[in-house]
Amino acid sequence: MTHAPFIQFFDDDVAPAHDLLGGKCASLVALTAAGMPVPPGFAITTAAYNAFIHDAGIEADIHTLLKGLDPNDIAEVDRVSAQLRFEITSRPVPAELHAITLAAYEALQSRFDSPVPVAVRSSATAEDLPDASFAGQQDTYLWLVGVTDVTEHIRACWASLYTSRAIIYRLKNNIPNEGLSMAVAVQKMVNARVAGVAITMDPTNGDRSKIVMEAAYGLGELVVSGQVTPDNITVDKVMLMVVKRQIGDKHAELVPDLESKSLVELEVSEERRTQLCISDAEITAIAAIAKKAEKHFKCPQDIEWALDRDLPDGENLLLLQSRPETVFSSTATGSIPVTSGGFGIESITKSLMSQAGKA
Amino acid sequence: MTEKSFPSPYDQKPSDAAAGWKDLYAYNLVFQENRKEVEEAKFWFCDSQHWPTVTKPFETIGFEFAVSCLGQYNSRHLLIPPANGIEFRIHNGYVFMSPVGVPESEIAARVPQFMQRAGHYFQNWDTLLEKWQGKIRGTIDELNELSFDALPDMVPVEDVLSGKGTGPNNELLASFDKLISLTYRAWQYHFEFLNLGYVAYLDFFTFCKEVFPGIPDQAVAKMVQGVDMELFRPDDELKKLAKLAVELGLARHFGDTENPEATLSAIASDAQGTTWLAAWTEAQDPWFNFTVGNGFYAHDKYWMDHLELPLGYIKDYIVRVQSGHTIDRPVAELVAERDRITEEYSELLSPEQLEAFSGKLGLARQVYPYVENHNFYIEHWTMGVFWRKARQLSKMLHEQGFWPEAHDMFYLRRDEVRETLFDYVTGWGVGAPAIGPDYWPAEVARRRVIVDALSTERPQPALNTPPAVITEPFTLMLWGITSDQIKNWLGESDAPEGEFRGMAASSGVAEGPARVINSSDQLSEVQDGEILVAPVTAPSWGPIFGKIRATVTDIGGMMSHAAIVCREYGMPAVTGTGTASAQIKTGQWLRVDGNNGTVTIVEDHEHDLTLAPAAAIQLDTALAAAHLEGSHA
Repeated sequence: MTHAPFIQFFDDDVAPAHDLLGGKCASLVALTAAGMPVPPGFAITTAAYNAFIHDAGIEADIHTLLKGLDPNDIAEVDRVSAQLRFEITSRPVPAELHAITLAAYEALQSRFDSPVPVAVRSSATAEDLPDASFAGQQDTYLWLVGVTDVTEHIRACWASLYTSRAIIYRLKNNIPNEGLSMAVAVQKMVNARVAGVAITMDPTNGDRSKIVMEAAYGLGELVVSGQVTPDNITVDKVMLMVVKRQIGDKHAELVPDLESKSLVELEVSEERRTQLCISDAEITAIAAIAKKAEKHFKCPQDIEWALDRDLPDGENLLLLQSRPETVFSSTATGSIPVTSGGFGIESITKSLMSQAGKA
Repeated sequence: MTEKSFPSPYDQKPSDAAAGWKDLYAYNLVFQENRKEVEEAKFWFCDSQHWPTVTKPFETIGFEFAVSCLGQYNSRHLLIPPANGIEFRIHNGYVFMSPVGVPESEIAARVPQFMQRAGHYFQNWDTLLEKWQGKIRGTIDELNELSFDALPDMVPVEDVLSGKGTGPNNELLASFDKLISLTYRAWQYHFEFLNLGYVAYLDFFTFCKEVFPGIPDQAVAKMVQGVDMELFRPDDELKKLAKLAVELGLARHFGDTENPEATLSAIASDAQGTTWLAAWTEAQDPWFNFTVGNGFYAHDKYWMDHLELPLGYIKDYIVRVQSGHTIDRPVAELVAERDRITEEYSELLSPEQLEAFSGKLGLARQVYPYVENHNFYIEHWTMGVFWRKARQLSKMLHEQGFWPEAHDMFYLRRDEVRETLFDYVTGWGVGAPAIGPDYWPAEVARRRVIVDALSTERPQPALNTPPAVITEPFTLMLWGITSDQIKNWLGESDAPEGEFRGMAASSGVAEGPARVINSSDQLSEVQDGEILVAPVTAPSWGPIFGKIRATVTDIGGMMSHAAIVCREYGMPAVTGTGTASAQIKTGQWLRVDGNNGTVTIVEDHEHDLTLAPAAAIQLDTALAAAHLEGSHA
């Protein structure tokens, strides 16, 4: 049987096919191809999911269960959701797929001197899931060690196609269940000293000449999910100069615990809270990489980044994600109201008056 | 909490040795006792950017001419709606300024006047500027023709036989009057275009701040600023001469340039020397009409009068060329950077905004070169001739016994010089000795003590209570007197110990040992790889900018000389730090961040001072790399 590949490494040098990779993996492949410092990893493609569903023989069950479902009957949706997710997580992965996944995992591990933990994240295609641009939040499993843990969470990612929220979203938006699929990213875990996000515009006023970044200690999850108040820094995109700094409280950090081989949330000391968690040089580097991503994708980007404590200065900035900025980019700089338009003597006169507070 | 204020000038007495200092200056230049209420109601800032040291009585001519002509153009020629001129006073020997607003009720009526007058200049900029060139060169020619020779024992017989009817005393008095009036004329020309250059700049600046809220001032400056300015020609000429000397194999004659005659005659005796000397001679007119100071002091040294200065700079450049350094300013890179910045901002604008942006930028770029180039024509060239003539007069009167030192005339007010000339011509006519030789030596000695005593103290950065916000456009642009700056001066800055904040005037980050320079006489102390720290710099310090890593000044804004020069040389600068030059010591390791406007004393750097020049590091790589990637992608 011929089928599309089940696995694609981010650095395989194969053009990203969105249908096959889903949004997140396609973006990671594109970023890697653009020379961005993306932590290494691979995608388990939608073809793998399709093969799994096919082999498990649950395709018909899925359609039957979803047919005629009332999105307002929450109890019924919850029941169907639970059953579908159980169907997926309880079925064995086909032998061929399992072998290929295992080989890919080992190929990834073989790049390092000692075993590294990985993250497993869902990578949805198009509008299959609500909040497409923030889909990653729900289905991210961090700091997984060992192949069994990894394969288990791959199925968990697949199952997330059928959370109650996702089912209701599709019903309400008339998105058909036929052809629904899901890719999964398996990626080397970053040991983040500091992490955060950056948007290549100022979301407060739509100014596209700025990059606004948020940063806090530890992994970026607490920033992304809004559980800490991060430092907030505005950089001029053209000059790469800081124009505003605001220190956030960032009271907690998510860091790996070497003993338990898992993540723990620790309190941040008073001293570290009251200072910026990134240096000027790091700010410039983050801004430069965000700018590069925007230039590559030709539209405002919303990136996730991290500074890896295991890597030397200058090589420790990693790009975890770059998505088109969908929330604010409708308000482009062109829409900032301007009172100093025009040129020549009329506008000069007006500028003089307003500069002196007389207009 | 009560509003913090600067001291009142009425509470600021100088040391006892300077008692009676007010009498050295004209009555209208000092804070008069019976005007206390009026003067204390105004906010005065010290213009140590242009007058960093105590001005001698004759030297007040600099700010009397410059600042009154600035005002004249705002208030009488152009009728700039919200701004009149700037009042000035001298306090304890230092110059203080206070901008004069326009009464609310008069502003509207000035608008149509301003639009007609300024509009005409903007529309006919190039033709009017060409005319200006003629006017200023004509004025300089007239100044050059003046001479101040001692009066002869008898009137030349041909003047008698031709029935001329007047004596050389008449010409002497007229020459002095002409010296003053021609220079006053030149200062009016100075401001004929300058204020307009600033308002066009300000228009573009205001637009950029509105459409890109928070855009760094430096970004605006970089888009407007030219890279190939006449102001930089003198330094460029020296670089050319250095390269030519290396090319012709003449470098060995530049071992010791302290004696220009010896150096030049050694070159003349070399087979290749003629070619070089021809280039050397050609460069001098007009480009050696260049001061190491700023044109406002009688002791300013001009290259033309002190050939050891340009020869010394050439010598330094030769050493750099021979050790494989590039001595040229990175003009191509500066142009590429300016284009990149302009393009990247342009791309973010709507078509309508882009039209305004391009229009304003076009005008700002057209008028901007004057903002830099006038400095060569007036401060360097005109004032060079002015001071040379004034020194000639002082020396002549010294030889006639009026004062003990050749340059003592500068302890007199200019109107006292006129009185003295009357005394001299009267004595000459009467045939009896003039009175001055019995009066001035003691008086000059007394004044010298006072000036020296005033010079031992630094001025207050400002006087009286500052306004809540500074809005006057010229104060902001030219002097960089922002509300933040005032906060800095009042000690309200939240900068931690060992850190100074100022204006991010030229981008980049650099580290190196500090070299604190308080006057242009100390320039030769500057070593390769150091960071220049000075109360203020002059554009003529160009030749040392090839050696240093970064510049830090106490005074000055985005358009100050240090800022302009550093941007031209592509090196970091932080200006307007307030007190850095007083607090930083030569040799301390500094980190200058021209992107963020901070200067930090690095206490425990792992660094051996003896290795300073070689080990000084440029930390600008991230930025540079980002820019390169941006332009190549």
